Amino acid sequence: MRTFITLLGREVKSFFYSPIAYVVLFFFLIATGFNFYSGVSFLNQGPSEVTVVEAAFNTVLFWFPFVLIFPLITMRTYADEFRMGTIETLATAPISDWQIVLSKFLGAFIFYILLWAPSFLYFTAFEQITGKAAAVAAGAYGGSYLLLLLLGAFYVALGCLASALTNEQINAAVMTFVAIFGFFVTGLLGFILNSPSQAVRDIISYFSAVEHMADFSRGLIDSRPLVWYISMTAFTLFLNLQVFQYRKWKA
Amino acid sequence: MIDVVNLTKRYAGFTAVRDISFQVQRGEVVGFLGPNGAGKSTTMRMLTGYLPPSSGRASIAGFDIFDQSIEARRHIGYLPESTPLYHDMRVHEYLRYRASLKGVEASKVKERVGDVLEMCDLREKERALIGTLSKGQRQRVGLADALVHDPELLILDEPTIGLDPNQIRQVRELIKNLANRRTVLISTHILPEVEMMCSRVVVIHKGRIRASDTAENLLRKHRAAGEIRLEVHQPPQGAYAQLAALKGVKEVSEKMAGEECSFLLRTDAETDLTEAVLQLAQSGNWSLRSLLRRKPTLEDVFVDLTQGD
Repeated sequence: MRTFITLLGREVKSFFYSPIAYVVLFFFLIATGFNFYSGVSFLNQGPSEVTVVEAAFNTVLFWFPFVLIFPLITMRTYADEFRMGTIETLATAPISDWQIVLSKFLGAFIFYILLWAPSFLYFTAFEQITGKAAAVAAGAYGGSYLLLLLLGAFYVALGCLASALTNEQINAAVMTFVAIFGFFVTGLLGFILNSPSQAVRDIISYFSAVEHMADFSRGLIDSRPLVWYISMTAFTLFLNLQVFQYRKWKA
Repeated sequence: MIDVVNLTKRYAGFTAVRDISFQVQRGEVVGFLGPNGAGKSTTMRMLTGYLPPSSGRASIAGFDIFDQSIEARRHIGYLPESTPLYHDMRVHEYLRYRASLKGVEASKVKERVGDVLEMCDLREKERALIGTLSKGQRQRVGLADALVHDPELLILDEPTIGLDPNQIRQVRELIKNLANRRTVLISTHILPEVEMMCSRVVVIHKGRIRASDTAENLLRKHRAAGEIRLEVHQPPQGAYAQLAALKGVKEVSEKMAGEECSFLLRTDAETDLTEAVLQLAQSGNWSLRSLLRRKPTLEDVFVDLTQGD
């Protein structure tokens, strides 16, 4: 356990060794800040049925930076180690391959959580200033942030998997983007297809991050996306381990 | 300390290591020689648990490298080829991280890191970013990393490659000091180094072990072991035949250059024919210009064992 903490510590710290972490933090803060601002100004235009929390998490301005951060967060994880050869010193230390895979995943995931942490302040500030609730109930907060965690876990795992496939960070970033975009677009099919059958609609609804967010930010916590994201994350991490070992053993 | 039995590593299409077996006893310093691509790094990677063997088995300090990989790795300090390091970390930070990763107790990490910094002469550089260090310094950081958990066995894959002669000497001295109370398996291309440091040599070529013995024994057994060169000014008729007739001569070759003639006699390692050749020359009144007995070097042995097929 202590060695795992050591590993995880390095993974989290490694983000801050390079300037990219600060760049990502900076732009993400600006993007989410602007998103929040435009959500509030949209509500300012007239009476509306949505809450501030819903407005903040269900816009193009939210999804666009959201999808873009994962390639940036995860591209270094394995690709850099393979390129520099440090994977060999890492994998010959007395630690299991699972520990490596989990520490890389959790390291990136923790950084992702750090990215979102400031956004909580927006709602707090809103409530302080206006004296009005940003969400109808605590469940809406809980739901929104829970989905952020679930989606984040799955996308971070996808990013780690992509990074484990290549030596070049840029390849990893492109693969991650394509994979996440693919899932995202599949989820949007429900809006595009002409009267799809119920079965198709059910399947598509699993992929639809947008629909999930619409539900969760209203406080409607459905167990299907919950199970879907958790099991997909676990499955991706399992694939990640296989790919990691395969590449290491092929070396 | 190391026990390798019928170890084989196959990749799609070719076999990097074929059925090799060797032992390394506690306290030995073994040189692992072979041309590039002979299978040295592959073998070392299998021993350190990086690559799984295709068949055969090996154990480190009694722990199987596959089934008890983690335990086995605790006993190994490994310096991979080309010394990969995290360039964005500082030296002491990196060593502390590696120490606790390798299971050094939290209370001892600082002390151990201090020790290896001292041993590897890195005190002045402890706060430097690894990326800013010279190649020799990086090599020492790699060695410090290999040593930080005080392993019984050091596996060093070409620790002196790419260094200048001064740095090579530094690293060699360092390894020599380390060898005192440890078992060392070291691969290198620098043969004089092997003669200086290693108690035994394992030569590998095309994935097979060609020889495993002390450097002295290898030299003695070597085919071209004894060699005498002599230069004669205007040699008399029949000099060739007379030389060839000497007892113990296996082969004579002759090369004329104007009036000078140089002969090359091959003998086996033990027989020293300088005396006999000298007598022959004196009795025949040859005008002998030079007489030289050349001892074979490890390089000759190496070339002989690893060329061809």
